[in-house]
Amino acid sequence: MGPVKQRIANEDYVTINVGPSHPAMHGTLRAIAYVSGETVLGADLEIGYLHRGVEKLGENLSYHQFIPITDRLNYCSAIANNVAYEMAVEKLMGIEVPERAQLIRIIMTELSRIADHIVLIGILGVDLGAFTPFFYLFIQREEIYEIFEWYNGARLTNTFGRIGGVEAPLPDDFEERWSELKKGLDKAIDETDKLLTHNRIWMDRTIGVTPISVQDALSWGFTGPCLRACGLKRDLRKDEPYSLYPQFDFEIPTGKHGDVFDRYMIRMIEMRESMKIIDQAFAMYKELGSDAPLMAKVPKIIKPPEGEVYHAIESPNGELGFYIKSDGTDKPYRIKIRPPCYMIFQAFDELIQGEMISDLIACLSSLNIIAGELDR
Amino acid sequence: MALKDSVSQVLGRDALAFDETAGCLFVEVPKKRLLTCLTLLRDELGFDFLSDLFGVDNSAFYEKKMKKKKKKEDDTEEDSRSGQEESLPPRFEVIYLLLNLETNQRLQVRVRVPENDLTVETVTSLWKGANWPERECFDMFGIRFKGHPYLKRLLMWDEFPAHPLRKDYPLEGKGEERSLVYEPEGEGHWT
Repeated sequence: MGPVKQRIANEDYVTINVGPSHPAMHGTLRAIAYVSGETVLGADLEIGYLHRGVEKLGENLSYHQFIPITDRLNYCSAIANNVAYEMAVEKLMGIEVPERAQLIRIIMTELSRIADHIVLIGILGVDLGAFTPFFYLFIQREEIYEIFEWYNGARLTNTFGRIGGVEAPLPDDFEERWSELKKGLDKAIDETDKLLTHNRIWMDRTIGVTPISVQDALSWGFTGPCLRACGLKRDLRKDEPYSLYPQFDFEIPTGKHGDVFDRYMIRMIEMRESMKIIDQAFAMYKELGSDAPLMAKVPKIIKPPEGEVYHAIESPNGELGFYIKSDGTDKPYRIKIRPPCYMIFQAFDELIQGEMISDLIACLSSLNIIAGELDR
Repeated sequence: MALKDSVSQVLGRDALAFDETAGCLFVEVPKKRLLTCLTLLRDELGFDFLSDLFGVDNSAFYEKKMKKKKKKEDDTEEDSRSGQEESLPPRFEVIYLLLNLETNQRLQVRVRVPENDLTVETVTSLWKGANWPERECFDMFGIRFKGHPYLKRLLMWDEFPAHPLRKDYPLEGKGEERSLVYEPEGEGHWT
């Protein structure tokens, strides 16, 4: 008997299974909702349908061989995972990544942040019945994929970057592609904004739905947009700056109530801020010229010294951290991945108590739970 | 380092050992003083955010070290084998990643868990977000958390017989999925 079922044992309820297969792209997770009338009393959660034993695999692969596996964690923004893992290994080994490689990493991470937010906003719309923004935004996501494919060869799970740098410079026509994409993205975000933000139905369905206070959110371990929606201005790019982020000028949006509308609005604003960062980063990249190195001097077989390190970056979903323990051989001894949506999804039961079934769907969508990251 | 000094000042005798790699500070505390230490760190030093909590199985690590040491002793033909089997340090450890939201400092706290006493106090009373990480630690290593509201397997199925992330469990598994035993308790597990 699940914990929630034990809690509500004396009440009159009906079980509704929001089962592992969903009509929209949520991933394989199961929420067993107990409803009385139309009010939800609670939900038992069952995860692990996509558990692939990534951490155990990491103990049997070399450090380089683990990079493609990190792609498949948060598959909507694969590059952020790659960069987080590579930075953790570089921290363990004390490698200094050249500036040109860091700029490329930042540009690609911000592009994947835009891609992830596009998925969330599109799917949130689809779940609530607003189909059109999905199409407007996903056309731009295809353009982002084109850039990834032109860089690397892969659209979704790009094994981006190497330990010590990146593998290739940005393609020569990046400037034209980026200015086209910027125009397209601007237009798509504007159109989505016009369709949704001040739309009476959207506001009714998202404002005041599953709010959460800052103290509760911090107790649960929230990070990322879901925490910023509660009002706390916390972003690892500003608070614990890594890479070249201190040199860029961008804002961190915060919400007020932590409800679905705030989480949606923050992501809309963050997409625009990411576009600003890419502009600035690309301007710096052009100044560096084509002779600047792309990789640091890294031995062919990576054998970090004995030790353990934890490094986190601000992925689109929150704090994505890697704990790597090395025993001096060429395979890691223990890798632990700190997935942002793992801590967020725990709070789901507390979030939806007292809401209605359709609010459950809206909440589930707005938290951006990616099963690959949740289950590893 | 300033953080190391303030931590050893606050914890006193409880700070058993310090490790530092690349700016990440690890402090070891005794298992039975875990809750007190974490509360002290939260109240005195402001480490009020739990980023993550997980287990590590150190058996292969220590075995390798013992082998190296034995090899060295063999090489130098030393005769100091009075205690044939040196007692290995505790096999498991649980690591807590703490964060101070004001100063943005990180601290890692570890407790050693010996194989013959695989229980640790739960920290769900301090942070609600420790719920699932502790369940996963139990699932993957078999470490029980005393006082946890619902300590059942999280990622593997409930009747899975082993603890996969231990070092003596093979990567390919032992074929448990081929002989699936499903025994619902009572009138049905989730119905």
